[in-house]
Amino acid sequence: MLNQIRPAIVFTLLLSAVTGLAYPLAITAAAQAAFPGQANGSRIERDGVTIGSDLIGQNFAEPKYFWPRPSATGPEPYNAAASSGSNIGPTGKALVDRVAASVRAMGGGPVPADAVTTSGSGLDPHISPQYAAWQIERVAQARGVEPAAIAKLVADVTEAPALGIFGEPRVNVLRLNLALDEAAPLGN
Amino acid sequence: MSLIGWLQIGFVLIAVLLLVKPLGLYMAKVFSGERTFLSPVFDPVERGFYALAGVRPDKEQSWLGYTMGVLLFSLAGFLSLYAILRLQNVLPLNPQGFPALAPDLAFNTAASFVTNTNWQSYGGETTMSHLSQMLGLTVQNFVSAATGIAVAMALTRAFICSGANELGNFWVDLTRATLYVLLPLAIVVALAFVALGLPQSLDASFAATTLEGVQQTIATGPVASQEAIKQLGTNGGGFFNVNAAHPFENPNAFSNYLNIIAMLSVSASLVYAFGQMVGSRRQGWALLSVTVIMLVVGTGAIYWAETFGNPLLTAVGVDPGLGNMEGKEVRFGPAMSALYSAVTTGLSDGGVNAMHSSLTPLGGLVPMFLIQLGEVLPGGVGSGLYGLLVFAILAVFVAGLMVGRTPELLGKKIEAREMKFAMLAILILPLTILGFTAISAVAEFGTSSILTPGPHGLSEILYAYTSAAGNNGSAFGGLSANTPWYNTTLGIAMLLGRFAYIVPVLAIAGALVTKPRVPASSGTFPTDRPLFVGLLIGIILIMGGLQFFPALALGPIVEHFAMLAGQSF
Repeated sequence: MLNQIRPAIVFTLLLSAVTGLAYPLAITAAAQAAFPGQANGSRIERDGVTIGSDLIGQNFAEPKYFWPRPSATGPEPYNAAASSGSNIGPTGKALVDRVAASVRAMGGGPVPADAVTTSGSGLDPHISPQYAAWQIERVAQARGVEPAAIAKLVADVTEAPALGIFGEPRVNVLRLNLALDEAAPLGN
Repeated sequence: MSLIGWLQIGFVLIAVLLLVKPLGLYMAKVFSGERTFLSPVFDPVERGFYALAGVRPDKEQSWLGYTMGVLLFSLAGFLSLYAILRLQNVLPLNPQGFPALAPDLAFNTAASFVTNTNWQSYGGETTMSHLSQMLGLTVQNFVSAATGIAVAMALTRAFICSGANELGNFWVDLTRATLYVLLPLAIVVALAFVALGLPQSLDASFAATTLEGVQQTIATGPVASQEAIKQLGTNGGGFFNVNAAHPFENPNAFSNYLNIIAMLSVSASLVYAFGQMVGSRRQGWALLSVTVIMLVVGTGAIYWAETFGNPLLTAVGVDPGLGNMEGKEVRFGPAMSALYSAVTTGLSDGGVNAMHSSLTPLGGLVPMFLIQLGEVLPGGVGSGLYGLLVFAILAVFVAGLMVGRTPELLGKKIEAREMKFAMLAILILPLTILGFTAISAVAEFGTSSILTPGPHGLSEILYAYTSAAGNNGSAFGGLSANTPWYNTTLGIAMLLGRFAYIVPVLAIAGALVTKPRVPASSGTFPTDRPLFVGLLIGIILIMGGLQFFPALALGPIVEHFAMLAGQSF
């Protein structure tokens, strides 16, 4: 059996070089050449400043913006350097109490489920159309514009399932707030 | 549950079934030593490897030689990964300046990736340097999967050959599985992932100034290359802490479909390749239908359980219309979260796109149960196929007992020696899972890691050892598993679940390969018909059900009734 020690070592080295260095580095080079936008994190820029990623949620607390879902990341919500879900079980008192407090803060139920639950990643960039609709009045008031104008904006940003089947209806919060700043800057 | 949800589930499963035949035929060629369209590229590489390693590719090995190859190669991989993790602070490509991993965490992680489990006691983006992710974890993602394929092929040859002694050459199977199967697929899938939005760069992170003027640091890295092999090799170890729930690992519905399809493709195609190689494609389809039937039922059960929301939250004012959304992403919703959860546990993948810990009690029971069934639906790459064949041996044995004939599988008589090894393999899972769970559930060093008390706490522990011994890797993440006790015992459970299973499997192969292949007679129980499919499902369910039902009753089932009664803990 000693004659298999050499292949064990040699194959570990060779296959490490192929799959651990050549493969990821070649994919990186190809990805950077062919899809630089995606490969570098789908960044969004405004006035030359990176304001976030199209794929990663960020926190909004001001009334003039649409708010994302609650986030379980620490120490602050939407910490994109340390993703985390709450991982609390369905019968956890911590979960029930937290959700009950959130519902009270929203003025009582029934509220859309995504508005008071944390996502798996803590970085969910989307909210449901129901939760977006729930926030229209607050945003309109804060910006001093007609709710109908905000509702139209929400409808424009809302993504439907592709071909009516693939995916869930959803609203990208960062994209919506960017569109909001562009269309209704008066409230600032 | 909605029609659109089911259409999405159907779409993914049909896509996989369409892939199974071409990919299965290709793999059958690769492991029969025939030339393929990739031979002009890899043939010279392959020969160079054998020359450097001093391996004669035409020299086949007995079951003992093959087993030694598997064990020595895994040991070398384990030591190399352990060293990289312990030294990452002084090695290059560590842009965040992460410190070395503690010994217990490095042991756990090395065991985890060498056994194709990919349990993660750490958060990827806050622990691992790029070098550790690439040269450490990605390498094992490839070669642990290739090792599984090799063992499955050795067992396959035991059914093909008559009165022989050799099972093939491990080093050849390992090399061919990596170069001809996993690497080309990974390149295609990784580039598709980048096109769909996954990052692939050597940066550690980039800074953003949010609309409200807050600084946000967004972690990134070589994500797509690792995600591709993580799924193709049914590894499941994510680049990020939250795995494929992270928008950078799984940004949209289409990346989610590709994730699931990639996860299933190699494992399912290997079952087809088995049928092709033993000369009975019907046998391949019969085994595949067992896995498809059970996966669809499992998916439906999770989907159903998650649709109605959590009654405890409905009571405090949550509209249950969207289902149970704690731990889920809006872009996936209940249907795609359910399919992912069922597939990742029916296979031994273990990646997640929703937090299993926050599933409803019955929704969380199903993934745990699917792992406890032995990871054969269709299981990990290679390990699923040999697991299925062990159950098939058990099934023909039971059928043989009922009619009083010596059982046969594909013309090979199943006798005492094979049955002993099959039972040895099957008993490893309950022994490891229930043994360690029992200790952890009564000892302070076990219970102090629980996040949600009450029955869910037991589920957290039971799930951890289930996942480790089943070489799955998913978790009820509430459990703080990064402690010396859990890191060590989960590491041992992973090693047992892998190698204490592989050795008996290869011993079975060694026993079967020497037997003549007898032609089927009128008394032979046909193993490619619906009757056998039903029998095999029954055997798998009874093995899983009888062994684990008492533990499941105390965990998720009690929790379900407590939830209905409005009780929280």
